Amino acid sequence: MTDHQQARIEADPRVPIIRIVRDFAATPAQLYRAHTDPALYARWVGPNDITTRIDHWDCRTGGSWAFSNVRGDESYSFHGCFHEISPTRLVQTFTFDGWPDGVSLETLTSRTRRGRAADHALPAPIVVSELEAAADQAS
Amino acid sequence: MTTDQLSRTFAALADPTRRDLVARLSLGDATLTELAAPYTMSLQAVSKHLTVLERAGLVSRGKEAQRKPVHLQPAVLEPVTDWLETYRRRAEERYQRLDAVLAELAETDPHDTRGENR
Repeated sequence: MTDHQQARIEADPRVPIIRIVRDFAATPAQLYRAHTDPALYARWVGPNDITTRIDHWDCRTGGSWAFSNVRGDESYSFHGCFHEISPTRLVQTFTFDGWPDGVSLETLTSRTRRGRAADHALPAPIVVSELEAAADQAS
Repeated sequence: MTTDQLSRTFAALADPTRRDLVARLSLGDATLTELAAPYTMSLQAVSKHLTVLERAGLVSRGKEAQRKPVHLQPAVLEPVTDWLETYRRRAEERYQRLDAVLAELAETDPHDTRGENR
């Protein structure tokens, strides 16, 4: 899968937004499921050396979420709201409970990449996922 | 390299004139007069910017009495690149874990994977 694009981070020079772009060998439906099913989400959200425990999960437009990263006695908790949940666009907020004044707004969009000959050699359509995060710098 | 040095580097680069000076010095050494030539600001103002860069270790100034060429210390920029790369790598690691989950979904629901591009 060497023609897959690795995670690329772009910073918008005009507004405080970073954009992470990444290719996946999957269907939009699979990507959506991996983001919205709490058992699947907990398996990949990471980081690598820590366990994710879902504390609350109400994945619908207007819903909310909370999870903790746990390693031995250490625990770091996070929470946010699901602002929009649709098959190709997820909009949610993200706050580290250790810094409750800070909140970032994350928009995940996915689209199917087509037209390149190389794509057809792959076992599944490639979905391009773009995560936009706008940080609110609490002052 | 301590976080403190990283803070000094970012503080020194948090000014468009100083970033411009760094960009020009990356092409080669230059004197204060040469560096100041394109700007409307005074020689003293440019010299002040160079002092900030010098204190952060980004540039050094030659000792020769007349020319005192300014020299870029590119090694100081490496920790900046490393610091940024940490975050890109963290994102890539996360998406590789997601790749594994997606591969499993493809196995349990093969029809879903043979869709649009076939």
